[in-house]
Amino acid sequence: MDNIAGTKSSLSIVTNLSVGFLVLLWLIPTIGLLVSSFRDRDQITESGWWRSFSAVEQTFRIRADTEDVRREGDLYVIEGNIFAADEFTEIEGNQLDTIAGFGGTSRDPQGTEPGETAELSRDRTLTVQENGDYRYTSPEEIDREPSIYFAAQTPPDFSLENYETIMNSDNMDRAFINTLTVTIPATIIPILIAAFAAYALAWMDFKGRGLLIALVVGLLVVPLQLALVPMLTLHNQIGIGQSYIGIWLAHTGFGLPLAIYLLRNYMVGLPRDIIESAKVDGATDFQVFTKIVLPLSFPALASFAIFQFLWTWNDLLVAKVFLPSNSESWVMTVKIADDLLGSRGGDWGILAAAAFISIAVPLIVFFTMQRYLVRGLLAGSVK
Amino acid sequence: MSPIVQGLITIIVGVGGCVGYFFLSNLVLDKVIFPPRGDDAGRNINRANMVRPWLFLFPALFALGLYLVYPVIGSFVRSLYNRSGDEFIGFGNYTTMFAEEGFQTAFFNNFLWVIFVPAASTFLGLLVAQLTDRLSWGNIAKSLIFMPMAISFVGASLIWKFVYANDPDVGIINAIRFALGATQPLDVLQLSFWNNFFLMVILVWIQTGFAMVILSAALRGIPEETVEAAIIDGANPFQVFFKIKVPQIMGTIVVVWTTITILVLKVFDIVYAMTGGNFDTEILPSYMMDYMFRDDGRATAVAFVIMIIVLPVMIWNIQNARKEMR
Repeated sequence: MDNIAGTKSSLSIVTNLSVGFLVLLWLIPTIGLLVSSFRDRDQITESGWWRSFSAVEQTFRIRADTEDVRREGDLYVIEGNIFAADEFTEIEGNQLDTIAGFGGTSRDPQGTEPGETAELSRDRTLTVQENGDYRYTSPEEIDREPSIYFAAQTPPDFSLENYETIMNSDNMDRAFINTLTVTIPATIIPILIAAFAAYALAWMDFKGRGLLIALVVGLLVVPLQLALVPMLTLHNQIGIGQSYIGIWLAHTGFGLPLAIYLLRNYMVGLPRDIIESAKVDGATDFQVFTKIVLPLSFPALASFAIFQFLWTWNDLLVAKVFLPSNSESWVMTVKIADDLLGSRGGDWGILAAAAFISIAVPLIVFFTMQRYLVRGLLAGSVK
Repeated sequence: MSPIVQGLITIIVGVGGCVGYFFLSNLVLDKVIFPPRGDDAGRNINRANMVRPWLFLFPALFALGLYLVYPVIGSFVRSLYNRSGDEFIGFGNYTTMFAEEGFQTAFFNNFLWVIFVPAASTFLGLLVAQLTDRLSWGNIAKSLIFMPMAISFVGASLIWKFVYANDPDVGIINAIRFALGATQPLDVLQLSFWNNFFLMVILVWIQTGFAMVILSAALRGIPEETVEAAIIDGANPFQVFFKIKVPQIMGTIVVVWTTITILVLKVFDIVYAMTGGNFDTEILPSYMMDYMFRDDGRATAVAFVIMIIVLPVMIWNIQNARKEMR
């Protein structure tokens, strides 16, 4: 249609720009999370992630060494260099060499310019040069190590530290395995059950078929909230309780309507000739199903598998209700929502890393199998 | 037993059990109950073929019945009993609930969600679908806007917690406000009434991709002659879009709209993870979770209210499906 006069207009620039704008808008939140997850925990709160590639001004504290006290007339004096202090070489690996500002109290950690002298309480003074040399004076004897606060430009600091922390100390690896344990059986089992049912609804003639299809369509929209209380009660009565078996069964039940609906719609569209000639040649329904229909339905099976995988991986509600609420059986969504958001509320680096671990697998599945996902969506919605 | 081993065994037992069931039940039907031999061979084949569909359907119908049909009745019955489930109180749960302010807030908020989220997602989805239709990099753009579909609601909530963060060095909203001259950070999640919309934005962000994919396919399906004819008649691009294309995909727009509406009534994760229902952001699914494990009577009553709201869509879906089958 590009050859029609009038279709290529000045609108195309506007179109490109506005699509670019929308895509950017859609990506910004995720990019923020991704960048933050690699940043040093202290840097995250010092500058926005959008400025993470430039140096960050961070404040530090060291203690002046009281062993070096000298007398100068009435004054007690300590002199030294900030960057040579033990604490500092340990923490920052001595990457810094310029002081941006300093102070003697935690209330005003960087208010004084390098080279100037800060007047502290009780006639004490502190002077810090740009290269880190400091001079601390006091009219009284110095019995405690005085604190020196200063700000310095720290280079961007990206590392896998957040990921290491969350995986090693926070049981996230356990949650990851739990999620996997819930997801895989809950994806595979409904496919098989649904495939047989879909074949019966698509290619077998029997009384009540239309009614059953209508039932499946109706069940597609039943809110699963309804099932929570009665099914948990039932699980407790028959001894399953809150367990993996319970959640596998629950996900199977909740996934079936969509599975049957998608697969039936796809199977109905298979060419009638193939199936009828197979039957004429003496194939039983079971053989037609396993040897012809099932292999031909692969795209639909893949679509549903992706749906069910994403849905069970990302689920919070079913996991909260049908799994025990102790930290050994938390899946990742529950772990993040119930534990990390509370206990690590302000620890953005850890939160970002945890979130990214939980969304990495779905994103990989999404980008590698998008074709099937789109096909499934279209089959499931467009009527 | 470690859960992984348990999982593997379940896969083997589940898959093996399914295959075994289907294979053996067919075998028994054909060889033992109605063998196609002897005097009744013909009749037996017919009988076997009458039974067979039900063999194929049985596991699915059993699971559907147990996990989706029975709960509708079970929940309704349970909602007529009190908290501990031992005393029949009729519609007592419903009347106390309707009179309660918390429920009214949740209901009102849910109403806002049902209006705003489907409308915004469908509109944005349609917009992106149309804009990317003839774009050389349209598929990449669509893929990126579609991406949030793969992210869990909890993950998405966390992503947006960063965006909404109070600290202008973390949250981009407050950073922009500071750049424009504000001096006090603003916690948008505590902003009465409007905080609901900041939560809805998250779901719109997720669902726009869904709307876009389906509407994009619908736009592609429009016969080109209609568009060409309109252009020849002198229609400008906006007229082509609103007067030629939109009316032709109206059916799909309605389907997308209702699908998202149904979803809105089920999503509790976002409210749960973002505000925990505080600051007047409760919606029905999260309100229900407040009572889950504490007062099953009340929880099932809320679930049943959600079911009643969904019911018209369900009936409409069934009617459409039946029409199509004829």
